[in-house]
Amino acid sequence: MATTESLPEIDESHGHGHDHDHDHPAFLAHHFDTPEQQFDSGKLGMWLFLVTEILFFSGLFCAYAIFRANNPEVFVGCSEFLNTKLGAINTGVLLFSSLTMAWAVRCAQTEEFSKLTGLLAATLSCAMVFLGVKSIEYSHKWDLGLLPPKFYSFHPDNPHPEGISPYLIYMALPFAIGLVGLVAWYFYSRSSKNEFAMAVAKPLIVVFAFFFVGIGLGMILESGEGHDDHHASAHHDDALHAEGHGSDAEFVAGGVAPFVPARGTTGEKSVLRRLAEDETNTGIRSDLAARDRQGVTAGQGVVARGSEIAAPITGVETEINTRSRAGVFFGIYYVMTGIHAIHILCGIGVLIWLLVRSVRRDFNRQYFGPVDYVGLYWHIVDLIWIYLFPLLYLIR
Amino acid sequence: MHSHAHADTPHREGYDFAHPFPVAGLLAVFVALTVLTILTVYQASFDLGNWDIALTMFIATIKATLVMLFFMHLAFDKPFNLIIFLSSFVFVALFITFTLTDARLNAYALEPEVDEPPVPRVIGPLDIGKEDPESLQVEPAETEPAAATD
Repeated sequence: MATTESLPEIDESHGHGHDHDHDHPAFLAHHFDTPEQQFDSGKLGMWLFLVTEILFFSGLFCAYAIFRANNPEVFVGCSEFLNTKLGAINTGVLLFSSLTMAWAVRCAQTEEFSKLTGLLAATLSCAMVFLGVKSIEYSHKWDLGLLPPKFYSFHPDNPHPEGISPYLIYMALPFAIGLVGLVAWYFYSRSSKNEFAMAVAKPLIVVFAFFFVGIGLGMILESGEGHDDHHASAHHDDALHAEGHGSDAEFVAGGVAPFVPARGTTGEKSVLRRLAEDETNTGIRSDLAARDRQGVTAGQGVVARGSEIAAPITGVETEINTRSRAGVFFGIYYVMTGIHAIHILCGIGVLIWLLVRSVRRDFNRQYFGPVDYVGLYWHIVDLIWIYLFPLLYLIR
Repeated sequence: MHSHAHADTPHREGYDFAHPFPVAGLLAVFVALTVLTILTVYQASFDLGNWDIALTMFIATIKATLVMLFFMHLAFDKPFNLIIFLSSFVFVALFITFTLTDARLNAYALEPEVDEPPVPRVIGPLDIGKEDPESLQVEPAETEPAAATD
């Protein structure tokens, strides 16, 4: 009868718990002793998830590294097509959203409820601006035919797209529908005097409108770059052919280095090769081997002009504008930035969930875990963009 | 309501664990991140050869460290979380360095030697998906076997 013996004890502790209501606050799951334990457990789980995110993205960075190591000139040429201004603006927008997110975590801890809602809405708005700018970038490239290998069809003579890109309309449509739906919901909840729904709909309308602010921003900056359209396309063409492009640069990509008739030319090398045919000329043999190795190195890295390294594939014009070269670059570009954009979309989803809960005043200084965890996720998305931006946009 | 229930127990074990990061600190980190972004865009206009990628990655790593330490609270968090997070980078480093050591071995398997640029298109951008996949094939497909037999 051990159970009956222990019953009074249980009753006592149960009664004790009822006397002090804060022993089991509504937000504290029954299997946790304290809110701190609950918070730390959730946070540990979130960090483990972020580790899987890092490992997941490392596969993409690895593909990037391999293709770049093998084709440095492709990256230099194709990076010309990425608008640095748009990338930089998006970096700034994401950094600012990280600030508002970190600030929102603080507001949840200090129980500043309306400020928390406002900062979550600000974070969401930044995410929307980011996606708006991104959709301008994507639609512009798709118009030009800068697509993954199977669909890659860029050619300088392609007819120039005019007006608003159909791709842009497709990408903006879900957000436009969302915006219209939210406005309708707002007016419906106003007529039915649902204060809570109104308080949720109002910031979300602003958030969805910011997608179109992002589109406007992207259009202004993109047209600013393509103002001299003719010049721009000529420049792109030049970048893709890569020959002669390096003539005005101090450094040239090794793989496409124009033939430099300086010391260590192929002519000299062929003489060496003939001499090295004699088994006894070991010195010349090793010299030749060293020069060959230099050639291989030059094919991979970037070499200074006029240095002793001869261009390894002199006379061969490296065509970058092909499916297997520029096409693969854009394949990598779309997968990396696209998966990042999907993460932004997921972030928007969970941030809207937080916003609703924030309007409901679910969070307090003992229960701010969800805000903190979403914040961690949001910062990791920002972290990945911090690396993506220089790796894709800032190559020369 | 329950948010006020704990007001009378400010020092209970396991209940008072929130350490809000000061706003001034958040703003300082943001300013530092913005300055570093401007710096990395600015340095891209200079040609530093092989140091280019090293420098951009160095700046990006400083930015990432700032985000991790202050925005993600790792500077004052339980060290276990930091250990877990950093351990992922150990495996990333192993993965990428070991894969890159033989990246050149696979270079030719990854891309065909013969590849021609796309022809100018006469159709609109929306017709890309509708193109006959056969016509998308690289033309010198017939010349390639011939070259192999030589």
